[in-house]
Amino acid sequence: MVKFNINNLDIWFGDLQVLKSVSMKIMRNEILSVIGPANSGKTTFIRMLNRMNDLQSNFKMTGSVKLEQENINKLDVENLRKRVGMVFALPLPLPLSIFDNVAYGVKMHGLKNKSATSDVVERSLKQAYLWDEVKDRLGESAFKLSGGQQQRLCIARTLAVEPEVILFDEPCSGLDPISTAKVEDAMLKLKVNYTIVLVTNNVKQAARVGDRTAFFLSGELIELDNTDKIFTAPSDQRTDGYIRGKFG
Amino acid sequence: MRKFKEFIIEKLVLISGLASIFFVILIFLFLLKEGLALFKFVNPFEFLSGKSWYPISEPPQLGILPLILGSFVVTIGAAVISIPIGVACALYISEIAPGKIKEALKGGIELLAAIPSVVLGFIGMVTLVPWVKSVFNLPTGLTALSGSIMLAFMAMPTIVSVAEDALYSVPKSYKEGALALGATHWQTIWRVMLPAASSGILAAVMLGIGRVIGETMAVMMITGNSAVIPKVLFSNLFGFAQPVRTMTATIAAEMGEAVVGSEHYFALFAIGIVLFVISFAINVTADLFLHREHKKV
Amino acid sequence: MRNPKRSEKIAFFFLFLATLLIVVPVGLIVVIIAVKGLPAINWQFLSDIPRQGMRAGGIFPAIVGTVYLVSGAIIFALPIGLLAAIYLSEYAKENFLNRIIKLSIVNLAGVPSVVYGLFGLALFVVFFKFGASILSGSLTLGIMILPIIITTSREALESVPQSFREVSLSLGASKWQTIRQVVLPNAIPGVITGTILGLGRAAGETAPILFTVAAFYLPQLPKSIFDQAMALPYHLYVISTQVPNVDEKIRYGTALVLLVLVLFMNLVAIVIRYKFRKKKKW
Repeated sequence: MVKFNINNLDIWFGDLQVLKSVSMKIMRNEILSVIGPANSGKTTFIRMLNRMNDLQSNFKMTGSVKLEQENINKLDVENLRKRVGMVFALPLPLPLSIFDNVAYGVKMHGLKNKSATSDVVERSLKQAYLWDEVKDRLGESAFKLSGGQQQRLCIARTLAVEPEVILFDEPCSGLDPISTAKVEDAMLKLKVNYTIVLVTNNVKQAARVGDRTAFFLSGELIELDNTDKIFTAPSDQRTDGYIRGKFG
Repeated sequence: MRKFKEFIIEKLVLISGLASIFFVILIFLFLLKEGLALFKFVNPFEFLSGKSWYPISEPPQLGILPLILGSFVVTIGAAVISIPIGVACALYISEIAPGKIKEALKGGIELLAAIPSVVLGFIGMVTLVPWVKSVFNLPTGLTALSGSIMLAFMAMPTIVSVAEDALYSVPKSYKEGALALGATHWQTIWRVMLPAASSGILAAVMLGIGRVIGETMAVMMITGNSAVIPKVLFSNLFGFAQPVRTMTATIAAEMGEAVVGSEHYFALFAIGIVLFVISFAINVTADLFLHREHKKV
Repeated sequence: MRNPKRSEKIAFFFLFLATLLIVVPVGLIVVIIAVKGLPAINWQFLSDIPRQGMRAGGIFPAIVGTVYLVSGAIIFALPIGLLAAIYLSEYAKENFLNRIIKLSIVNLAGVPSVVYGLFGLALFVVFFKFGASILSGSLTLGIMILPIIITTSREALESVPQSFREVSLSLGASKWQTIRQVVLPNAIPGVITGTILGLGRAAGETAPILFTVAAFYLPQLPKSIFDQAMALPYHLYVISTQVPNVDEKIRYGTALVLLVLVLFMNLVAIVIRYKFRKKKKW
């Protein structure tokens, strides 16, 4: 039932240590909210789970991160990223049509059959609650969609490769409240089949959506517990301070 | 299978990346191979400082001082003309010209840069040379002066565009700060922007000069090709009003006649080495200046 | 203190003058060549071989030779240059080796064209024994335009937003897949611009081809890459300086053809670059 097992994770970029001795477990099929002020390390943390930090040349880590018993540094990175998908903070469609955006991932992993691809695209768009809005214009450029639609497109694109885990890195930061609600709704429904990790600056969103919540501060994991407990009776004073808006 | 294909591609990419180093070294090596052979017959000091270049006499006299001085005179002349005008033009385009005119001017400069040197040499031959002859009342218009003017033209696009880049990368805050203090636009340019862009402008000048030293065809067609040390007298405009021959023109004009493997042949390659070293030094220095400029900002 | 506004007016006037001093002669040069060269341009001029010791007839073999040389140059320079640009843009880190690579490119760009001619002679004509041939000339020109291709292609690749690469990689695509599917297609217009600029440069150069391929007079067209060829820039040089009493309009006509060829290529490249910048969807 444990999806990720993180043990004593330290991360440096050059000489700057960004994460300090983080240890935690992420459970299968849960939504884990990760909250904390700016520079608390939460984005670095989430990007560790699909090894996106590897893209920076001065990245260094010690400790271990295991995906279902396997150390992720030993896995084939392309396969890891297929299993652990990511939705970014800004909607980032590729300069392609709506259809090609969603199909991009599966195409890269070898899917060539046209009708199988169409099926995948339809399924994914439905799972992201975008199908009805775009089904008649799959050939149009993805840039023609609104911000909220583009973000759901990105979710569909990630779902298309059938990951096990979806990482959401502040996915609603550029979106209006209605689009935000739609994305949160999608997350809650996706939980049944996926494990979800959500990094968010919006504390209320974390409370709405997360089963458990983790609070990071200055690179350390301060507290991790059921969302109810964190938001009503947190164990650490700093957690309490942040949630109430006393700082951050 | 996919992994293997990617591995091969990445190796090809790396090899191509190294290609430019490979070619520079290769060029230098082959120049050395043929050029150093000369020094079995002539000692390098005599070669560089010898005052007589008569490669086809018996025995051949292979002193390239007249050629070095020929290149030098023409380059100095071109520099004197092109640097002030080029920098002034860069200032105008960068700071004063309004939008559409600016684009048109930049286009015009690019156009000049694109004209093949043989075409400019041809035009120089039929317009500039006769003009110089009549205006200065000389026996022939094929002179260093004509060469300098034409080469200045060829250097200016380089100077203008690199200097313009340098001015463009001066942080806006410098300019706005000065203007906010009440300085006029010109005062801002002269006292703030030019100094701030100075390493870039210096690099521009060096690259322009590098272009001039390396120019062959235009020079060959309008400087008269007389391999004699220029006499620097007031009466002949300090050496400019007489024919000279540059190192580049020498190679181009004589290689066709030099027998492969003869001393003359090796001597021409030795001149090539001198040219290569000079342009290498200029390019490295200019690049250092540009690099410094980027670091600063 | 003298009136700063007045100083400014004077200074700006001189700056304007300097600009005119550069731009006006350019216009004049083009106009003179066009006006004096146009009378020579007719179908016969473009399709006939030179006759009467090049005092009459046409310049067809020179045009063909130039086309062959330029094509050969790009066949050599584009693949290597593009791959090198990909290396610099997508793989290279900020280290000493890569600083040296960049310096080498700057140096290749600055080598005098006559030195390229010497190099081509020593390596291709003599050492590899290709002799004076289209092969030697194309390879020499190819190395000469390599820096242009590398620099413009690299700029085109670097202008593709980093976020596209991140998205592709996060979906599990490999680095090369990302380059091929996302980065390259969006950089193609810039690469084409650079290629055409390189072609224009190769078409106009004389010194590199002087000892590696250029033939003074070749009535039949080259049949293989081991043959010599005539070329437009060299032909212009020859009829301006080596052959006396050539009709003025033939000289201007040849200059005009060469000028139009080179300027046209540059114009196409600039138009592509402009359209690309406007059309960019991001």
